[in-house]
Formats: sequence, C-alpha cells, structure tokens
Amino acid sequence: MEGEAIQFFSYCMLVAGFAVAIAAAGCALPMGLSIKSAVEGIARNPESSGRVTVTLLIGLALIEALCIYTLVVSLIIIYAAPVVQTVTNLL
Amino acid sequence: MEHPFLFFVKLFELVGLDHFAHDYPHIIYSWVIMALLIIAGAIGARQVSLIPNKAQNVLETIISGLEEFTVDMAGEEGRWFFPFVATIFLYIFFSNLAGIVPGFFSPTADLNTTLSCAIPVFFFTHYIGVRIHGAGYIKHFMGPVWWMAPLFMPIELISHLARVLSLSFRLFGNITGKEIILGILFMLAGAFLAPLPIMVLAIFLGFVQAFIFYLLSVMYFALAIEEMH
Repeated sequence: MEGEAIQFFSYCMLVAGFAVAIAAAGCALPMGLSIKSAVEGIARNPESSGRVTVTLLIGLALIEALCIYTLVVSLIIIYAAPVVQTVTNLL
Repeated sequence: MEHPFLFFVKLFELVGLDHFAHDYPHIIYSWVIMALLIIAGAIGARQVSLIPNKAQNVLETIISGLEEFTVDMAGEEGRWFFPFVATIFLYIFFSNLAGIVPGFFSPTADLNTTLSCAIPVFFFTHYIGVRIHGAGYIKHFMGPVWWMAPLFMPIELISHLARVLSLSFRLFGNITGKEIILGILFMLAGAFLAPLPIMVLAIFLGFVQAFIFYLLSVMYFALAIEEMH
C-alpha cells in the first residue's frame, strides 16, 4: 500500500509538470505569431499603434488563459493528491 | 501555499479572531484593499476645488484617463456604467499589487475573490441588456434568423456562462502562479534577492490582468448594448 501511494504521488507530480510544459509550448506559438503580426502592423502604420496594442493585449490574454487553465488543473492535481489517497483507501 | 508572516492576520490575532483570520486571509486583505481605496478617495475628494490640490490632481488623472478609455471602447453609452468597471479595475489592480508587499497577500489569489468580481459582471451585463432593449433582449440569444433559435439558444447560454468561468479562472490562475513562484524563489535563494526580477514582472502582470478584466467587462457591456437584428 505504501509503495502504491508513493507511485501514485509521483505520477501526479509527473502529470502536473508535463501538463503545464506542453500547454506552454502550445501557447507560445500563437502568441509569437500574434506579436509578430502586431509589430509588423505598427511598423507599417505607426498611428494605429494604440488600437493594435489594445487588441493585441486582449488576444494575448485569451490565448494565455488556455495555459492558465492547465495551470489550475495541475494545481488541482497536486493539491488533491492526498485527498485521492484517502478515497482510494476507502475503496 | 502558506505564507510565513501576514501582518494583518497577526493584527486580527491580537483582537482574538485568530481562527477566522487564519482560515480566510484573502477576506482580511480584501478589507485592507477596500479601506485603502476608500481612504484614498476620501482624502482626494475632501475639498474639491477648481484649482486642484495634489491628491485631487492624481485622482483626477487616473479617473479621467479611465473614463476617456471606456468611452473610446464602448461609445458614449459607456459613460454611465463607467463607475462600475472603474471600481473593478482599481480594486483588482491594487489587490494584485498587494502580493508584492512583504507581509501582505493578494486577495485575488483566491478563487472566491475573483468569482465575486466576475459574477456581478455577468448579472450587470444582462441588467444592461434588459434595461436598454426590454423584452427584445431575447433576440441576442436567438441567432440571425428565428428558426435557428433552438440551435443558438443553448450555445449562447453556455458562452455567457463560460465568460464567468474564464474571467475568474484567468485572474485566479495568474495571481496564484505569481504568488507560488515568488514563494518558491524566496525559499530557494531569498538571501540573494532571487525574487526581485519576478517582482518587477509581477507589477506588469498585475496591471495587465486588471486591465484585461476591465477591458473584457467593458466589451461584454458594449455587446449587450449593441442592437441585434
């Protein structure tokens, strides 16, 4: 039982770490693309920089939110691990 | 993440409310932020004059800047819901910044606080819609043509409910992540000032997150005001 619990705990840690890593890798590409387009737009038409920056910030926040959801899920995995142990003991 | 020393929790222990203070530090600190904002507002508005003194000048700059921006985003109708969104912006901004001060705690690093900001936005959106369009507000949920309504109704309802989820989870996740990173860096190498660069980043992050919460609320209100055909 002790070994199983430690194995379960290490799986939880592994999953939580890799979840955020994969999500960050996935979010980095669209964020880079959107910043690239925004910078190009500002370079061509510097007067529009205010509007472009605001739109860029909203878009970045919406993309970043996906990564943050993964962070919340992995926080749940990490902090729920002891609770799950007591539940599996009951079964 | 348990913080080593929280100044106001210790103060509440002296009064004899230690159980409450230890269980709910985010409530204590949201009271602190509220008190700070109320006192700042009272000092600034104590003697309002045509030639402003220093405090009034600072507050006028902040408020008029925010108001111009809101009207820019939402049109002239934005002026009457401006107090609501400006309050939310200032409260979230100062809550985010509170986590950087030693002995303080960000109230927004708790899901209850962020939900308590997101749910009023949800209800106020529909209040604005019903107030402006009356019963015709239902058209916002029915899609472009009337016979598509059974298809569009559930989708629109879910998307409105998902706004609450995304608003609250985004803010909570960002600020909690910041607090955890600060705590871990402090434990690892606090003597060598390792958390300092992250603290600089945290000021920017706090501003951007408060700004995004404010901007998305303004856009939801503007969408509710907009005429649907």
